[in-house]
Amino acid sequence: MNEDDKRWDERVEAWSTGRVAADYERIPPRRSEYTTLSGAPVKDIYTHADIRHLDPAEDIGLPGEYPYTRGVHATMYRGRPWTIRQVAGFGQAEDTNNRYKYLLRTGQTGLSTDFDLPTLLGYDSDHEVYRREVGRIGVAVDTVVDMHALFDGIPLDQISTSMTINPSAAVVLAMYRVVADERGIPGHVLTGTTQNDILKEYIAQNEFIFPPLPSVQLVVDTMEYGADVMPRFNPLNVCGYHIRDAGATAVEEVGLTISNALCYLEHAVERGIDVDRLAPRVSFFWDVHNNFFEEAAKLRAARRLWARLMRERLGAKDPRSWLMRAHCQTAGVSLTAQQPYNNVARTAIQAMAAVLGGTQSLHTNSLDEALSIPSESAIKIAVRTQAIILHETGVADVVDPLAGSYYVESLTSQIEEDALALIERIDAMGGMIEAVQSGYAVQLISDSAWEQQVKVESNDTITVGVNAYVDEDETQDIEIDRPVPGVMERQMARLAEVKRSREDRQVSTTLRAIEKAAPDLQHNLMPLIEDAVRARATVGEICDVLRGVWGHHQPSTVF
Amino acid sequence: MTSATAGLPPLKVVIAKPGLDGHDRGAKVVARALRDSGMEVVYTGIYQSPESILRAVVQEDADVLGLSSLSGAHLEYARDLCALLKENDRRDVLFVVGGTIPPEDADTLKGYGVHEVFGPGTPTAELVEYISRNARQARLA
Repeated sequence: MNEDDKRWDERVEAWSTGRVAADYERIPPRRSEYTTLSGAPVKDIYTHADIRHLDPAEDIGLPGEYPYTRGVHATMYRGRPWTIRQVAGFGQAEDTNNRYKYLLRTGQTGLSTDFDLPTLLGYDSDHEVYRREVGRIGVAVDTVVDMHALFDGIPLDQISTSMTINPSAAVVLAMYRVVADERGIPGHVLTGTTQNDILKEYIAQNEFIFPPLPSVQLVVDTMEYGADVMPRFNPLNVCGYHIRDAGATAVEEVGLTISNALCYLEHAVERGIDVDRLAPRVSFFWDVHNNFFEEAAKLRAARRLWARLMRERLGAKDPRSWLMRAHCQTAGVSLTAQQPYNNVARTAIQAMAAVLGGTQSLHTNSLDEALSIPSESAIKIAVRTQAIILHETGVADVVDPLAGSYYVESLTSQIEEDALALIERIDAMGGMIEAVQSGYAVQLISDSAWEQQVKVESNDTITVGVNAYVDEDETQDIEIDRPVPGVMERQMARLAEVKRSREDRQVSTTLRAIEKAAPDLQHNLMPLIEDAVRARATVGEICDVLRGVWGHHQPSTVF
Repeated sequence: MTSATAGLPPLKVVIAKPGLDGHDRGAKVVARALRDSGMEVVYTGIYQSPESILRAVVQEDADVLGLSSLSGAHLEYARDLCALLKENDRRDVLFVVGGTIPPEDADTLKGYGVHEVFGPGTPTAELVEYISRNARQARLA
């Protein structure tokens, strides 16, 4: 430490014990303890001393340069704004297609699809038990015929489509490519993502079919297939969002998500695939919660950590492999059913943190989401929130304006360090599949969720409208979206029609080919799944074949 | 523990997630809160059918069934469960529902026989109190 540093530290120390202590004597701190949502202590004030350990060139750098702390692009939103990408999906394909067109007219610039639970879990709409969930919290897709209807009139060569699909992602990805192909659109112009992050399903969102190992190998299949036939498409979108929504802290979100991403790529490398062939098309999805600076710093920390791990640990040489390109969504779990209009403010502030953190695309939640999927009027406010941030606030006019902030840089380093420690803990257990199977990750998230609940109930965390500023006589006057009537019957009729009109022999031949290849986990199943999809095999039929070979993963009852 | 419940074994609660909905943060938080309050709690895990939930209630000889739904299909699952509880002579089970339930659905659910509906943001203390007060006195209508 040089003389200047020493003098500065002495001055801060004297000021803390003098001025600051005197002020607290007069007006005590508002809280006994200040922490981030991850529980890291927050000091009164941050100074140059807190970022002295950072090398401005090595650790902070410049936007568009390694380690990308300041963003993946040099010019960020001064050139191209982030993609406004609201997720939509309900009813039959036609219902969602109409919503897409409404959203595009409203100012959205990319599409994002939520599938219904039977589709996500690999069951057809005529399933005896699960048919009551057809078209409920997502769109029903049984065959490529539905996929054609979903994207009817949407220029797939011009607009990117994100699809929230996990255990059955391989089938839906093949469908997307077949729809484009049957419309004469070549695979190499397709852009978008399938979420396809099965590991976070076992630990957070709980939509899984098969056990972890074959599932991870299937993800590797989709990545390799993507690189071959749709090289501008991201087959994998590694997803912290659900981990956070399930209760993880920001640090746990980063640590677990990056552990998941490493697991996929390391399995690909074990298969002999060059990491630089797949890594450039891996994207990420983050949850942006209430603690403004922690969330902005989280995005900066995650980018730096990913770049370093990819370069140093996986030995990736292509700079595009080092980039963490991210979609963000404001935190669904932060929304309250009480005083729902407050959610507009929460969402706006969270969206601002995502933008200041340097996201590439953004979904802003709608005010009614603590109660139902969004109504059209609520979505419009959410979309307009992004337009206001972009055009009215000026925050998008400078690249990474938070850089150099004593607090933000210090927090960025703290999050990177703590997340890396978690990644190393998981490595020591034998990796993410082991952390899933042992229940470690589920328990970690569940414990954090519980701690947050305890804080709310003890009024240690203030949630406006819930444990403070409560309106006893509040009435809710928001519009609630209701299920589309008759969807299940119409969807079952369409499925029956597809089954009547297809070539049965072709379907069974293609399904048998999958069944025969599936036991060898190194065999890429995607070309075979594409054949089956083209023959109009259903999501349920294809997943049933794989269930038959690989079995089911048993859900955890840990709490 | 009130004097009325003193000496009785702890309340037994089954917490269940119906259908394909995997969002179980709320179910687990509730399970933990009830356990911490001294109740015996069985969490079924996700992917349960009304029939498998009924089986859990019968096998565990539960006093309380808590159904958690965020899938929008709460009306169907709750209706079927009410019917199954009645058919199987478990009218004495206190049946509560929680999750993303639009407020106007609460009356429909109660019409089926659900005793109480707890929306998002309900403090767990409120749940514990409600269950302690009403379990073992319930009769499905």
